[in-house]
Amino acid sequence: MTAVPLLGPAVPEIFMAVSALALLMLGAFRAKDSTTLVTWLAVAVMAVAGGLAIHGTHNAITFNNLFVVNGFTVFAKVMTLVGAALTLLLINVWAHQEKAARFELPLIVLFATIGMMMMISANDLISLYLGIELQSLSLYVLAAYHRDSQRATEAGVKYFVLGALASGLLLYGSSLVYGFSGTTSFDGIAAAVKSGPNTIGIIVGVVFVIAGLAFKVSAVPFHMWTPDVFEGSPTPVTAFFSIAPKIAGLCLFLRVLVGPFASMIEQWQQVIILISVLSMVWGSIAAIAQTSIKRLMAYSSIGHVGYVLIGLVVGNEEGARGLLFYLLIYLFMNVGTFAVILSMRVKGKYVEQIADLSGLSKNNPLMAASLATLMFSMAGIPPLAGFLGKFYVFVAAVNAGFVALAVVGLLASVVGAFYYLRLIKIMYFDEPAAAFDPPGWTSGIIMGGSSILMLVFFIIPAPLVDSAEAAARALFLG
Amino acid sequence: MSEHAEAASGFLTIGLSHYLTLSAILFTLGIFGIFLNRKNLIVIMMSIELILLAVNINLVAFSSFLGDLVGQVFTMLVLTVAAAEAAIGLAIVVVFYRNRRSIEVEDINQMKG
Repeated sequence: MTAVPLLGPAVPEIFMAVSALALLMLGAFRAKDSTTLVTWLAVAVMAVAGGLAIHGTHNAITFNNLFVVNGFTVFAKVMTLVGAALTLLLINVWAHQEKAARFELPLIVLFATIGMMMMISANDLISLYLGIELQSLSLYVLAAYHRDSQRATEAGVKYFVLGALASGLLLYGSSLVYGFSGTTSFDGIAAAVKSGPNTIGIIVGVVFVIAGLAFKVSAVPFHMWTPDVFEGSPTPVTAFFSIAPKIAGLCLFLRVLVGPFASMIEQWQQVIILISVLSMVWGSIAAIAQTSIKRLMAYSSIGHVGYVLIGLVVGNEEGARGLLFYLLIYLFMNVGTFAVILSMRVKGKYVEQIADLSGLSKNNPLMAASLATLMFSMAGIPPLAGFLGKFYVFVAAVNAGFVALAVVGLLASVVGAFYYLRLIKIMYFDEPAAAFDPPGWTSGIIMGGSSILMLVFFIIPAPLVDSAEAAARALFLG
Repeated sequence: MSEHAEAASGFLTIGLSHYLTLSAILFTLGIFGIFLNRKNLIVIMMSIELILLAVNINLVAFSSFLGDLVGQVFTMLVLTVAAAEAAIGLAIVVVFYRNRRSIEVEDINQMKG
């Protein structure tokens, strides 16, 4: 009997949780407003946690099989941490401009990030549920953070109701899987699924689990909360929603389907194909009619989830590599775009209509160039990074014989290119609207950095592709 | 006598499938409560609770049927998280009420969709 479980593999999470509590004390006992201090300390904590994850154990299972660490989880965790840390900086900028700075804000983001790391490392239905809930409960609070705003509280209510429903679906599925396989451990379920004839109970359970996870990553037909929540929440919180939880959720989706349910690939593959096609198509078509840039980004993220899910449909090492690589590029594209959206302020007030971008190239050529680069990348125009992301996913699909799926993806990205390019047309060829206030240095560095990264990415993709490949290999080994 | 008792117990025994049916009914009621309810947010929160309780019945029934304690441990954790979820949900409903002076479902209409 082991008295104390092995703590080594969970050191990054434990470090983050202890630091979050310490920062809570710091904020509570300091008389002055400590939002900026807590934000930078939280970013430092995420950086240290990332370092601990990279240099810590790369192959271990602990806490009675509840928690697993391998090359895949490390890669996914580092991506999540980078996304969370960058958006945390944007959140700090916003909080000071809107006079909504409270030290709890960075802490809720930190707690949500701990939840994401736990769900990435989950190796059991119980730890999966607890990780997802730690993440979701923090996100509900973040959505309603601007508590005097009618739209933010409405976003909070909508996110809460539909998020709780999603958790319910996931749990109901988990309970059926537990009942019909006799265990909650991923390894145990994998063995049960592989050996036995799969009863209808376990298949229904898997479908419910897929529905719950699809809600969390906002894939069509479970996307209806996304545009409203993205529009209503404060802009940097929207940025956070569109990046870190999506990355963590999609990595978890991959781990669940190719881990415990690997032998049922015929059953779940059709469901994921449907979800993926619907997301790609609806994400492109519904975005065309939008006038608010935040709603546009909501549909854009739905579309991107569709492309990422192609990697999941394929369900082999190449697909997983494409999925991870796409998520990596998606992270930087979205952070940069939201840094631009957060700089759309006229005389100290935020504006968020697409028309407000008119003639940006004359008022602020650098910002326009930066947004144009990011939009070209989102549309998947070679040789920008977004093209490479789509390329790896489509190649994986074609190699595995899903030619039709890749063709649908290509067509959807052509339709999607319309609304991305429309933004560029509005910025460069329309009459100038009111000029924006100059962006702060944090937003400036983030938007400049990510658009330069999009431009030069094709020169140095090899190390990142290699590490994504190593992570994908680790997923299928253990 | 024994034959009679056996027939009676065969008729009265509550097996796994009864529990699963009950839980499926509660779960469906919860889902319908969320989507068909046009009254107010508290009813929606009650429906969410109903869904989680349906899951708990499932887990406990399976746990007892399989002779495996993990299901009951899971139930304890679900109950705990459900309490936290209700607390956060009510807090959000309260801030929503402060802004809108209403918790009617049809008043959640600032944004289209």
